[in-house]
Amino acid sequence: MAYPKEFEKSIRKVEETREERLKKLPERMKEKEKDELLKKWHPDYKPEAKRKLKVGVSKGSIVPNEVADIIEAYPLIKPDEIDLSQVDYEADVLIIGGGGAGTAAALYAYYEGIKPENIIIATKLRHGDSNTIMAQGGIQAADKPNDSPLIHYLDVIGGGHFANKPDLVARLVMDAPLIIKWHEELGVMYDKKPDGEMITIHGGGTSRKRMHSAKDYTGMEIMRVIRDEARNVGIKVLEFSPAIELLTDGNGRVAGALLYNLETEQYYVVRAKATIMATGGFGRLHIQGFPTTNHYGATADGLVMAYRVGAKLRDMDSVQYHPTGVAYPEQIVGLLVTEKVRSLGGQPVNVDGEQFVHPLEPRDVEAAAIIRECYGRNKGVVTPTGMRGVWLDSPMIDMIHGEGTIERRLGAMFRMFSRFGIDMRQEPILVFPTLHYQNGGIEIDADARVLGKNGTIEALFAAGEVEGGVHGKNRLMGNSLLDTQVFGRIAGINAARYAKKARKPRSLSLEHVNKYVQELKKARIKEERKAPLLLPDYRGKEVLSRAIDIL
Amino acid sequence: MARKSKKGEKQEMEMVRIYIMGKEYKVPAGLTIMKAMEYAGYRYIRGAGCRAGFCGACATVYRKEGDYKLHADLACQTTVEDGMWLVQLPFTPANKAIYDMDKIEADDKTLVNFYPEIARCVSCNTCTKACPQELDVMDYIQASLRGDIAKAAELSFDCIQCGLCAMRCPAEIAHYHVAQLARRLYGKYIAPKARHLEERVKEIEEGKFDEEMKKMMKMSVTQLRKLYNARDIEPEED
Repeated sequence: MAYPKEFEKSIRKVEETREERLKKLPERMKEKEKDELLKKWHPDYKPEAKRKLKVGVSKGSIVPNEVADIIEAYPLIKPDEIDLSQVDYEADVLIIGGGGAGTAAALYAYYEGIKPENIIIATKLRHGDSNTIMAQGGIQAADKPNDSPLIHYLDVIGGGHFANKPDLVARLVMDAPLIIKWHEELGVMYDKKPDGEMITIHGGGTSRKRMHSAKDYTGMEIMRVIRDEARNVGIKVLEFSPAIELLTDGNGRVAGALLYNLETEQYYVVRAKATIMATGGFGRLHIQGFPTTNHYGATADGLVMAYRVGAKLRDMDSVQYHPTGVAYPEQIVGLLVTEKVRSLGGQPVNVDGEQFVHPLEPRDVEAAAIIRECYGRNKGVVTPTGMRGVWLDSPMIDMIHGEGTIERRLGAMFRMFSRFGIDMRQEPILVFPTLHYQNGGIEIDADARVLGKNGTIEALFAAGEVEGGVHGKNRLMGNSLLDTQVFGRIAGINAARYAKKARKPRSLSLEHVNKYVQELKKARIKEERKAPLLLPDYRGKEVLSRAIDIL
Repeated sequence: MARKSKKGEKQEMEMVRIYIMGKEYKVPAGLTIMKAMEYAGYRYIRGAGCRAGFCGACATVYRKEGDYKLHADLACQTTVEDGMWLVQLPFTPANKAIYDMDKIEADDKTLVNFYPEIARCVSCNTCTKACPQELDVMDYIQASLRGDIAKAAELSFDCIQCGLCAMRCPAEIAHYHVAQLARRLYGKYIAPKARHLEERVKEIEEGKFDEEMKKMMKMSVTQLRKLYNARDIEPEED
């Protein structure tokens, strides 16, 4: 066993209570209980962790300090020093971001009649490096006879605390089966029964079993198939070339973007008839110091760029902490333990092997319950580095569904823990909430058009985690992969339709950046921060203290 | 600028020596290769992606002192060891075949037609040994050669396309591209279709839910809350 000796006593208690716990689950919480729990224990309810924005369209709205820091930051470039007269790339549709939303958008722009050579995906890392590829648990779609988009709608909007935009939720749930069908036709290997029926299970907050999966590599399977398809049709991809500012035509229409080649440090000017923002979320901002499940590039660049061009933000005050991030071993702290572990019967239990919450409450409730157990009731397990966590009793899965289930349906999890000497078939795993998802974002309408102060911002679309409104104040498992695909598709189609009718932007401008800088100065914000961040910096403190920039 | 260390907090961190592209660094024991390189002062552009074992961006090869073997692993999923000589693989050049999924068939020649080099496999098993996911890579290439698409799809399912197999193969096969085609052929042509899915898509296209959806979208929060709290929840048991 790779666990430290001091865990042994607690693990024995978990083993002793297992038989009993198999028979009965704790009751789901009533609405009032949930509210009280959230208010007291969910990190979102700490007022000191947030502040009001001092500038921009959504001035006055409350966001986490880390988000305010990058919104109230100066640009990386000085607009006067950029030569916009030489255009490096022309595009009908420019897509910023090469994850699930961006790639779906590219394919649907192509299906809509845009030539592949006139579609550009500009991405910060490699094509496919995204939170999409890391999504394990699944994707929701109401495609079973006992289910319907209406029931799905209710689950989404209740899970989101009724703060979601109804028209966006309607698109999400109505288009879901269509997306799964598209995937099936592309050759995505969804888990199926021998007769072709999709194997579907519950996720936190679902009232029907509608979680479709491809083992616990669901996002990776979707991502690698749509990426393969984008390569087949010949979509142009610029890797390691993140956008650092949007461009406009000087009259409020978005006209492309300024890219930055991370390796040669050269900038590129892209002129585009339509632009889609699909940059993903903000996990690497480490809100409130939490570790994160997110990929290396999740630094919310899209929020910053879109805000400077006038996009509204919404629901940014709520942050999703996934209830079960790894708490031990240290090497993988904060990485995701898929909700599917609980869907398949793994129960959260405390240091004494006692149940304390239903395994499938909505994510914010489940996370708050775990934090309360560790810090309110002092019933967590303390690790050698001083972290606290609760057990997720994974061996129950094989007891319920038969031997081999973990290896077959949770292969990625099993492999990850095995690499560090933990056999989750035999031993429980230690978990604690981890920063997982940006619930809110840039506001869009049901056609994925970005909204500003006076209606839509011309020629700008958004899809995936960067946009807000779909999930309200809390996203359910399996609705983020779905969001990337549904709104990626809608953005791709509408950007293509727009581009087909639109002329090339006559001029290119960064004037909106100058204006934003003036506003920052007027608000007396010091010039000490720059954004977008592009990459987090995890270099050792000692190295940084002696680093000089002379080359 | 001296190291900031609080009084009384004398940390006796155990350190190990690693050699990043030949240069020696001392890093804390127990870190992953990825975190150790960052500790040593590297800021990744290439070589880091999901940092969780799903994306294949951090393929790394290393040798250990006194060990002739060339090991292959993911930097984000491997703990450093004393005396490790390592380098990351920033990119794998490998040609992908171009195909139109609607126009090709899933027969026993499809894979070898698109990737004839799989016939050059000498069964040396180097690909399998190089795979950080511990997949039976050679077996799926052999299955592909036999035209057993289902087997190739199944055996390759957990592939993260890191490229280590392709870099080590003496027959110059791009295994992970072959596997991608095998899985898509399986998913599209061999796996049985989900009839309930087709049925539901038809219902949606016919507008079966439109009326009700419109009503629901107009509901007040109070009405929605009532419905939400009264939902019947499908039982857990299969």
